[in-house]
Amino acid sequence: MTLKTTFLCATAAFALGTGTAFADPALIFDLGGKFDKSFNESSFNGAERWAAETGGTYAQVELQSDAQRDQAIRRFADEGYNPIIMAGFSNATPLEAIAPEYPDTSFVIIDAEVDLPNVRSVMFDEHEGSYLVGIIAAMATQTDVVGFIGGMDIPLIRRFGCGYAQGVTDTNPDIEVIANFTGSTPTAWNDPVKGSELTLAQIAQGADVVYAAAGATGVGVLQTAADQGIYGIGVDSNQNYLHPGSVLTSMIKRVDNAVFAAMSEGPGLETGLHTMGIANDGVAPAFDEYNEDLITPEMHAAVDAAVAAIAAGEIEVHDYYTDQACPAIQF
Amino acid sequence: MNKLPDWADVILIPLISILLAMGISALVILAIGGNPLHALAVMIEGAFGTSSNLGYTLFYTTNFIFTGLSVAIAFHARLFNIGSEGQAALGGLGVALVCLYIPFPHWSLALVAAFIAASLFGAAWAAIPAYLQVKRGSHIVITTIMFNAIAAALLNYLLVNVINLKTSQEPATARFPAVTHIPKLSDILNPLGIPFSTTSPANIALPIALLVAFLVWLVVWRTRLGYELRAFGQSETAARYAGINAFRITMIVMLASGALAGLYAINKVMGESERLVMGAVEGAGFIGIAVALMGRNHPVGVVLAALLFGALTQGGQILSQDQSAAIPVELVVVIQALVIMFTGALDEMVRMPLVRLFALLRPAGRTGG
Repeated sequence: MTLKTTFLCATAAFALGTGTAFADPALIFDLGGKFDKSFNESSFNGAERWAAETGGTYAQVELQSDAQRDQAIRRFADEGYNPIIMAGFSNATPLEAIAPEYPDTSFVIIDAEVDLPNVRSVMFDEHEGSYLVGIIAAMATQTDVVGFIGGMDIPLIRRFGCGYAQGVTDTNPDIEVIANFTGSTPTAWNDPVKGSELTLAQIAQGADVVYAAAGATGVGVLQTAADQGIYGIGVDSNQNYLHPGSVLTSMIKRVDNAVFAAMSEGPGLETGLHTMGIANDGVAPAFDEYNEDLITPEMHAAVDAAVAAIAAGEIEVHDYYTDQACPAIQF
Repeated sequence: MNKLPDWADVILIPLISILLAMGISALVILAIGGNPLHALAVMIEGAFGTSSNLGYTLFYTTNFIFTGLSVAIAFHARLFNIGSEGQAALGGLGVALVCLYIPFPHWSLALVAAFIAASLFGAAWAAIPAYLQVKRGSHIVITTIMFNAIAAALLNYLLVNVINLKTSQEPATARFPAVTHIPKLSDILNPLGIPFSTTSPANIALPIALLVAFLVWLVVWRTRLGYELRAFGQSETAARYAGINAFRITMIVMLASGALAGLYAINKVMGESERLVMGAVEGAGFIGIAVALMGRNHPVGVVLAALLFGALTQGGQILSQDQSAAIPVELVVVIQALVIMFTGALDEMVRMPLVRLFALLRPAGRTGG
């Protein structure tokens, strides 16, 4: 009897606690965790920035299993959180099923397209950003060999590698691009030792610029590049500060901006497809005080020219998603 | 010879282990400034509070029954199969191929075909390590864990290059056709007048898992084959001397173990996702080891241990999503790890004092034996 009373009290307190959170935004982190030095962390930073600037609070959960997606989205929707933001393409399938059941709740999905009236889909043009850092890599190399190190071998990462290779070969067709993937399981996102070994292997093949699109594995790539006196290129967040003078630039993917924008707009935000590309600073090479000595005026000019040409449609950067193939490089 | 009564061995020791694990978890929660009682209430509500939550608990339970049985049956022949993870992944591939490429007229036929495909694929993946164990002396622990990595690489290759959804960047197959969707638990219970959440993933694989557990019991304890495999497990040399064929027993038990792991896919791939996604097993194969250890390799014990781990998984997820408890998700992993540690690794720590206690309580005349 007493146990039951305690339990009921706890449930009541639980219900009250959730009631006060009405219309706060909620953020769902994908498998891989909040502090992955990649897009989960970037979305967390965006949410924290929103919380710091507005004094608002938000709910969050880190997924542990694929089966939990449904449940996590539904639970936040039932508890009245709005908008509900999720990073990661794997949420697309459950969201397609759930969003129609909660027509008054706004959903935001990053890295996938869900065509429903109450869903905003945020897509990044990773291939175009990678094209721009490919130009810089091509102009920086002395050996005419540049490398690409991907994390897990999935289409998203091939999209990065394909744009990069095209940027390199469009700038100088004589340059050889070597591409390696760290692995085939999710541990490939967090294996700096293997990243370091792959970097050494690429250096042995003559590479003197290496672009890492590999989550936390990239930390090992950039470290080894710095130790061996070659250039590394970071990804997702600005990693120029990690090894000043060695990190040539970083291909920034502003997931934080997407989360910040969604939280700022709040419930009833504008839905539909939002593409974060070169034009609206969704993707860009990072220029700051840490790499200003490495980037020549010619590189700036070439990047600016490419940005204009892509915007004008004169350069079409191949998108791996369109045909699951890449003309610039064989993976 | 001090020995515990059976009831103490199967009920008391696991119970004390769980209580110890919960006690330490409570201390950890206190240390990070949380309220252990509130956390416990949230976890219990999360695991059993609503029929939707219960459905998730039963869904995870079904996963762990299959992988737990897989590990348990191999244990009886003293074979430590830690490859259930990879065998379950291959089972998923079997289910996906059957569901995607064979046009079925009815879900029941699809279920039968998927059942066969899942067991065949899982068994095939266990066959090579089993063969290497008997014929080449390659230790099964090493080979099965390596086969987990190979399975992950194989599925990754197939899902990225061959059977993936061409229209999306997601490494997953297309959705299975609607005819292959097996009934959810709600589809079975609601017509009977028992209200059950339609959103939970628990499905017909749960009764199948219970039936399979019964069959495992029947085979291991009530057939000549089961006798042979237990004899083989007790002493391989004695078994060989008695004319038991080591090659035959090892192959059969590992094929059965792989098949049981493969059946995991019936619940997860066919019953829940209704498509094959990358990394569909999510460590259930490894939790199966803990489930088998805790369940003393007996099907009843495995089912109960699977329920505990199912409740921990589901309750833990709800706890980590509960904003009022403010428990980070890592702590849920700590709680699960403590339960595994106490029930598996620290078994003797609980057992030794209990053995002494029972020896003291026992009437003097009966201690002589």
